[in-house]
Amino acid sequence: MSTLLAIVVGVLYAAGLYMMMRRSIIKLIIGLALLGHATNLLIFTAGGLSRGQPAFVEQGAKLVPVEAIADPLPQALILTAIVIGFGVQAFAIVLFKRAYQTVGTDDLNQMRQTDRLSGGPGA
Amino acid sequence: MSQSAEILLLCPILVPFLTGVLALFFWNNRRLQRLISVLGMAATLAAALFLMRTVSSTGIQVLQVGNWPAPFGITIVADLLSAVMVSLAAMMGLAVTVYSLAGMDAQRESFGYYPILNVLVMGICGSFLTGDIFNLYVWFEVMLIASFCLIALGGERAQLEGAIKYITLNLISSAIFLAAVGILYRVVGTLNMADIAVRIQSAPGGPATTLSIMFLVAFGIKAAVFPMFFWLPASYHTPPAVVSAIFAGLLTKVGIYALIRMFTLIYPEGAVHVLIMVIAGFTLVCGGLGAIVQEELRRILSFNIISHIGFMIMGLGLMDAGHAIGKLALTGTVLYLIHDIIVKTNLFLVSGVIQRLQGSGRLSSLGGLYHARPLLALLFMIPALSLAGVPPLSGFWPKLMLVRAGLEAGRYLIVAAALVASILTLYSVVIIWEQVFWKDKPESRVFDRSPISDPLPRSAWLAYLLPVAALALCTLAIGFWVEPFSVLSERAADQLLDPRGYIDAILPNLTEPGPAGLKGAP
Repeated sequence: MSTLLAIVVGVLYAAGLYMMMRRSIIKLIIGLALLGHATNLLIFTAGGLSRGQPAFVEQGAKLVPVEAIADPLPQALILTAIVIGFGVQAFAIVLFKRAYQTVGTDDLNQMRQTDRLSGGPGA
Repeated sequence: MSQSAEILLLCPILVPFLTGVLALFFWNNRRLQRLISVLGMAATLAAALFLMRTVSSTGIQVLQVGNWPAPFGITIVADLLSAVMVSLAAMMGLAVTVYSLAGMDAQRESFGYYPILNVLVMGICGSFLTGDIFNLYVWFEVMLIASFCLIALGGERAQLEGAIKYITLNLISSAIFLAAVGILYRVVGTLNMADIAVRIQSAPGGPATTLSIMFLVAFGIKAAVFPMFFWLPASYHTPPAVVSAIFAGLLTKVGIYALIRMFTLIYPEGAVHVLIMVIAGFTLVCGGLGAIVQEELRRILSFNIISHIGFMIMGLGLMDAGHAIGKLALTGTVLYLIHDIIVKTNLFLVSGVIQRLQGSGRLSSLGGLYHARPLLALLFMIPALSLAGVPPLSGFWPKLMLVRAGLEAGRYLIVAAALVASILTLYSVVIIWEQVFWKDKPESRVFDRSPISDPLPRSAWLAYLLPVAALALCTLAIGFWVEPFSVLSERAADQLLDPRGYIDAILPNLTEPGPAGLKGAP
């Protein structure tokens, strides 16, 4: 299962990076989202997969063997990361839409004004 | 530790948060928002300075959130480096807020500029104070989302173009950081930075080098070091000057802080330090070369930010060259941080005044300011010469330390790069001086924004010049009275070089045998 997930993570990273290197801002957004998903899945896989084991200790138990409980922390981390990613991506989509309306193109190659030596339009 | 000290530790986070929330309640009342914001920043600064005094006199302060003992809960911790950085962040926050009273237009103010600024300061202070690596990621995101809003606020074309580059690169950096945290958790089974530092030594070899490189890349993008700096000059000159001032002063320094924390506490030795040194050399020279060809005031300064990040990284890279040299180098790095935050913020603030007066940031459209505004010329000259490292000013001392450390370690190439970068900085500053202040006002000009036709009211001048003059005074004070600052930096460097104090403060029960079943997670 871990191997399968590792491959999925790799594919997601590759797809995300590929999308980000396209020139369209829509593909850039999709790439960013895929990158976030890949990272979340990576944490999930790296945190250790377990099956049918609750993340709780029975009441009154003094010592519990470490293997018998699932580690709830990676899930907590992913949950936090998903929420943050959701907020950031929502913001990015609105911003990119605004940029599309203002600049009048979705081609990243056209958005090079700020890279000029004078930092703006013109020579 | 007493209750009051614990609350003190949270103040630099809580006060800006409450200020931001309070300002949100008065969405329609800009005047009240300004008042709340200035008072809030002043209170943050007071709390931060008090925290620094406490840390300086009684040692490292620790707060376990929710009273969960160290490796399990989130730890808030302030050692000297954190305390210094928080104080500087609060100081820049106050300076920028006062400057905003004149330098921010009504439209941006009425769309929540002050609440977002407070959230930004909260995120920055949180990043400096947290002792938990995942929590560091969360604070980074708080800081980033606030900075995204600030950079795009106003929605001009250049701003949106710059914001796309800024956001994309920062999100990639966050993704790499998060992935590294996930893998690190797998390797050591903890997220508390002090606990990681303890466990990583006994952890099986594993992907230690890969992980440290991932952290280097993630924080390196945020700090804008050599191969990953191109987002910075593409975006920092686009928002209003006051926003780029706080970005220039603090945001890249959060990346530096994270690098320092990572590579002193968790990876104090290893091949990565050599790599850091190489990166530092390229950052120094590339930033310097970039600065001298630019045609826009704030783009020159943006490349200077990059160049000077090289100095701080250089100190970190020299750390592994023996204890005495490492201490000198880290002292230089901390002192450079203090100097650089003040000076960079100040230069961007001055550039904002220039842009307001003449309606453009392009060198070809500026000129004649030395005759028109001699006081402004003086206030530009102090931070500018300090940036270049001219002797009695604040930039000279940390550069001296870093160059000495480099020479003693026998790393002549990096010293050469540092000296070349200093000359290039001086040259770029002289270009600004010649073009903006000495040259006659040009006949044909291009305006980015309409210049002011009527003279500025006296109160607006006060709001412009008060923070600029105060920061210039700080520069002079550090320059002429360097002793207390260098002693402070040296003590901070001591704490960084010997992380046992940091670890003991967070994990006081480490030496006692703990309950065996709980220790071995996951």
